[in-house]
Amino acid sequence: MAKVLMKGNEAMALAAIKGGCDAFFGYPITPQNEIPEYLSYHMKKEGRVFVQAESEVAAINMVYGAAGAGARVMTSSSSPGIALKQEGISYLAGSELPCVILSVMRGGPGLGGIQPSQGDYNQITRGGGNGDYHVLAFAPETLQETVEIVKQSFDLADYYRNPVMIAVDGLIGQMMEPVDVETSVPKKTIPPKDWAAEGKSGERGKRNTVVSLHLDPYMLEKHNFALKKKYDEMVDNEQRFETIQTDDAEIVIVAYGTVARIARTAIEALRRDGVKVGMIRPISIWPFPEKAFATLGEQSHTLLTVEMSLGQMLQDVKLANNGKRTVRFYGRAGGVVPDSKEIIKEVYDALGRQSS
Amino acid sequence: MKTKTVYEPTRGLVDRDLTYCPGCTHGIIHKLIGEVLVEKGLLDTSVGIASVGCSVMSYEFFNCDMQQAAHGRAPAVATGVKRVRPETTVFTYQGDGDLASIGMAEIVHAAHRGENITVIFVNNAIYGMTGGQMAPTTLPGQKTTTSPTGRNVVDTGLPLRMSELLATVPGATYLERVSVHDPKHVRKAKKALEKAFDVQTNKKGFSMIEFISTCPVNWGMNPNDSLAWAVDSLIDYYPLGVYKDGGDSDAS
Repeated sequence: MAKVLMKGNEAMALAAIKGGCDAFFGYPITPQNEIPEYLSYHMKKEGRVFVQAESEVAAINMVYGAAGAGARVMTSSSSPGIALKQEGISYLAGSELPCVILSVMRGGPGLGGIQPSQGDYNQITRGGGNGDYHVLAFAPETLQETVEIVKQSFDLADYYRNPVMIAVDGLIGQMMEPVDVETSVPKKTIPPKDWAAEGKSGERGKRNTVVSLHLDPYMLEKHNFALKKKYDEMVDNEQRFETIQTDDAEIVIVAYGTVARIARTAIEALRRDGVKVGMIRPISIWPFPEKAFATLGEQSHTLLTVEMSLGQMLQDVKLANNGKRTVRFYGRAGGVVPDSKEIIKEVYDALGRQSS
Repeated sequence: MKTKTVYEPTRGLVDRDLTYCPGCTHGIIHKLIGEVLVEKGLLDTSVGIASVGCSVMSYEFFNCDMQQAAHGRAPAVATGVKRVRPETTVFTYQGDGDLASIGMAEIVHAAHRGENITVIFVNNAIYGMTGGQMAPTTLPGQKTTTSPTGRNVVDTGLPLRMSELLATVPGATYLERVSVHDPKHVRKAKKALEKAFDVQTNKKGFSMIEFISTCPVNWGMNPNDSLAWAVDSLIDYYPLGVYKDGGDSDAS
């Protein structure tokens, strides 16, 4: 199919429909409002479920009920709203329920602002809910990559029986780009949802329960170990990243999402000046793509992490680097998007040189 | 000699010991729900939503598909189930701390949307599971572990009447407050449950049956005295009866 010019939020909403989303539950918050707006019309048109919930808290618990009944479910929000959903996300992970959560990040803390930010990296990759759990989390760079990941995410959620988050900043949500939503994406073989509590105890011949409660500590520990096994499988199989001109790079930028787009411009300019610079672009942020760092050659002596936050992914970069190379950081916050010139200056600073 | 069965446990409940304290009326309420679901042929296509509180374990007792919700969120979870599986019968089972305190937004908005679910609300005027703290439904002067000298309404307000409150919500269809303190009232309560599940089966919208219940352990009374106190004090503040029958949209 030909590419269509679409706004990021609407493209994600359409990709969810194409990915087989049965039901959407959400609550208005800027800068992601085009997602529920688009779905309020198009889900109904497709004979699927759309509910505008009374709160973020209610929306994520509606997701829980619908996912527990075996449906493919999605919700979307932005930073303070994702904060409100954390309790529900912990319950979803604990009850092993699949769902997709779109997070369109804005500046914080608190009410913060409504301009693009990557300040929720820790919120997404560490989670604000209680207990030992993880969600699969992706941070795409272009609208095409975003729609492909949204489409796949329903399969991934079902396969792992776990929430999947797609984190973009407000800029990706709000900008327009040509996208092909019909592109085919890799499929997973999904076992039947014979665990779902959907009102079929008669037909099934046994009753199903969807619970996160295990009062016996040994039973809960067994459950925790089973979850851990699943998370380990994600760490082994779901690390996604792109390496850009790292073969000869002396300095390697680490950036994702909007910042990666800007870093590409910086790299082009620096390469024209003969600077050997490349980039590791994490696509999955949980699991963090530590495998990417093993691909770097001995000539790569410095990692420059650039984020629209004050150094959150930086911690994962340091862990993946394990003290091997010098790690530097540059960040803007509050909704300020860095310019390629700022990144170029940081690279020259790292090399101890002046810009030519 | 020929024998005939005059009474047997309902298939609507799982054959196992309940976790509720002796003398509390959760057991009677469970039995009535199980019986109604069986008699109406709904059990095998039902999904129950357990809440947080004493009823947290209720997913172990109702003999149908069950989901366990976060504290107060049972009506939202029920909404999710019902919207994607509209052919199933969906009910929540919630106490007064869960429904009238932490879950106030979810219950009001489920009613507001006219969500086609049935809510079983068990009001015993106290937090039972956590050891007897004050609830929004605790009576003035009632002693609890967080109102040790008795509920002071100057500091904590007057108790909330949920059936009356929800009767003001246009989307609610059927609301009734019942009690199970004697056989006559048990039979009446069963009829109320039948009505509520009929409302759902007929796709008429939101129904809630509020049960006046007891908590002998946390009230510090024996079961008989608890029943007497429920009648004399609780029912006095929370009068039994039908608070709504028919949605506002039906009336117009």
